[in-house]
Amino acid sequence: MMRKIVLPGSVVGDAKEKLPGRGVFKEGDKLYASRLGIVSDKGRYVNIIPLSGVYDPSIGDNVIGVVQEAFKNAWLIDINAPYPAFLGVDNVPWRVDYGETTKYLKIGDVLIVSIVSVDEARNIDVSMKCKACRKIDEGLIIDIQPSKVPRVIGKNSSMLSVLKKYTGCWIFVGQNGRIWIKGKDEEKIKLLIKAIRKIEKEAHTTGLTERITKMLGG
Amino acid sequence: MEIPEVKRVSAVKRDYLARLAKEGKRPDGREPDEYRPIKIEKNILRNAEGSARVRIGNTMVMAGVKADIGEPYPDSPEEGAMSTSAELPPIASPEFESGPPKPDAIELARVVDRGIRESGYIDMSKLCIEPGEKVWIVFIDLHVLDYDGNLFDACSLAASAALQNAVLPYEKFDLGENKPLPVTSPPISCTFVKYEDFIVVDPSLDEEQIAQARFTVALDKEGNIRAIQKGLKGTFTIQEIKNIINRAQIHARNIRKLLEE
Amino acid sequence: MKDGIRIDGRKPDELRPIKIEAGVLYRADGSCYLEWGGNKIMAAVYGPREAMPRHIQDPTKAIVNARYNMVPFSVEDRKRPGPDRRSVEISKVTSEALEGVIFTELFPRATIDVCIEVLDAEAGTRCAGITAAAVALADAGIPMRDLPVACAAGKVDGTVVLDLTSDEDKEGDADLPIAIAPRTEEILLMQMDGHMTPAEFDEAVELAIKGCREVSKLQREALMNKYKTFEVE
Repeated sequence: MMRKIVLPGSVVGDAKEKLPGRGVFKEGDKLYASRLGIVSDKGRYVNIIPLSGVYDPSIGDNVIGVVQEAFKNAWLIDINAPYPAFLGVDNVPWRVDYGETTKYLKIGDVLIVSIVSVDEARNIDVSMKCKACRKIDEGLIIDIQPSKVPRVIGKNSSMLSVLKKYTGCWIFVGQNGRIWIKGKDEEKIKLLIKAIRKIEKEAHTTGLTERITKMLGG
Repeated sequence: MEIPEVKRVSAVKRDYLARLAKEGKRPDGREPDEYRPIKIEKNILRNAEGSARVRIGNTMVMAGVKADIGEPYPDSPEEGAMSTSAELPPIASPEFESGPPKPDAIELARVVDRGIRESGYIDMSKLCIEPGEKVWIVFIDLHVLDYDGNLFDACSLAASAALQNAVLPYEKFDLGENKPLPVTSPPISCTFVKYEDFIVVDPSLDEEQIAQARFTVALDKEGNIRAIQKGLKGTFTIQEIKNIINRAQIHARNIRKLLEE
Repeated sequence: MKDGIRIDGRKPDELRPIKIEAGVLYRADGSCYLEWGGNKIMAAVYGPREAMPRHIQDPTKAIVNARYNMVPFSVEDRKRPGPDRRSVEISKVTSEALEGVIFTELFPRATIDVCIEVLDAEAGTRCAGITAAAVALADAGIPMRDLPVACAAGKVDGTVVLDLTSDEDKEGDADLPIAIAPRTEEILLMQMDGHMTPAEFDEAVELAIKGCREVSKLQREALMNKYKTFEVE
């Protein structure tokens, strides 16, 4: 079974019956896709699940960022989005005196941060005051296409559970397409990366969880 | 704007590569003496006198040869001339910018040029049309399309492959029938980088980003050395360089076979 | 032209052979390789990403920055590397044509960079470039209201013909490259040089649009091909 793929300009619904959701626009009485993806129209909205594209930050996302610049009272964080995010000293779990930012976070440091605000001009604020938030000091980071993140996690984290169960690795999937992996067994890590690459490549197919389970020896 | 190196490589990635290196392992699982898959496609363009597309892993380079007629240099009135240029256009990497060639591109072109020139790959004595007046000038242009490390070897190989089947366009200048470009045997370039005292061949982009020193050697068919370029601010010991050249001998033989297929 | 057949054996309303492949480059966010007659084009898209230096940023929308470039060995006489006046103009009209379909307001302060490399040229490179760029944009997931497509018509020996070869372009009477949004048939780009009566112009536009429709199908197939995969058990 194959899911139907639509392209920019494809008709994806009737504007009298449904509302335009993500990746969909209305023109006249029709709804059109604005980007390449798969149609999802179970509710009142027609949405396009994108199959490609850069990370589009939204509030509440936990992402993996890299410190890009340090100012007197804030850091600039590369979050793999079109724009870097701002991490102010108020949004970290430490009391940072003015001009002392680099005592806590240096350029090149890797962090799990949470997106707390995105304004109209796409100024982004992130915080380190979330449960998952922390500085990452070990393991490795791999990059995948941000549009493939939902597949790596799976429905109710089903895929992620499979990946963790069969490799024994610690995995954190940032919404921005960066994945943090920590494990003791190099072979298991290699296998895990291979599985993630397979998910990335076959994200738009069905029966993927079963195939990955089989691949990992389940 | 030059992006400082630290911005591109996260601390975690640096630590991870360093830890692997201490165990003699590479991030993509290759052996220290293992190239990524090499793919050579020859004569794929219509307007070029010779052309080739070379892929080393994800790196992709297009080479094109054009020939024109010009005056010889006064000190070699019966010899043709050659010129090599390289472009690192923004299509190949998010970090490349448009504009005139920067030092990286110029170094790359000159290293490729030296290998070809010093190995006598193009027989310059057969490029004379009228002594002192008219000779062939061979232009080699290297256009990088996808950058995932090791441009030195990809460009050198692409240049050699493009020259291999190139044609001198005598007809275009009403000088008779077209002739194959007179070539001998090509130089083969092998590039190594060093990080954490670990020396590996055919660096991927990840490895280049943390490399402290780089070494390129071009070998001829007999295994003799025709060009060398040591790059970056790190250092090698004499013994390390001797080892590199020994290791390069095997790679050069394998790549030469691929090129001659 | 002889008995309604052109020098290369085509009918007046026939396109040259076209081959399109989506997603061929590793580093780019979206890419496309296209062969159209003797043209070979590689196009790539980077972004949306923050526009640099900051003073070029538009706080209300993304900048669309297309760069059309002919590589030195793509033409009969070697071309010096770097932009000349012709490629600067083509880059400008291409940027504008593509911007016409992109939802730029979704990405304030950003830039969407489109690279078009002409590796081998044989007339109609700007249309081939726009067609390839459109596929690369879709591959990069850029939101657009349509998938733009381009094709030229022209006049040779007094006959209106589709998709000129370089000989026809040199010897011909007129060349009319257009780019359209195929869903609405809006004109995104139109240039013309030569000599045409208003009636011939009407005929040429109609023919070029017909060409665009055919090319549009190939673009869609190429994108579907990349994202299509084996049937699942």
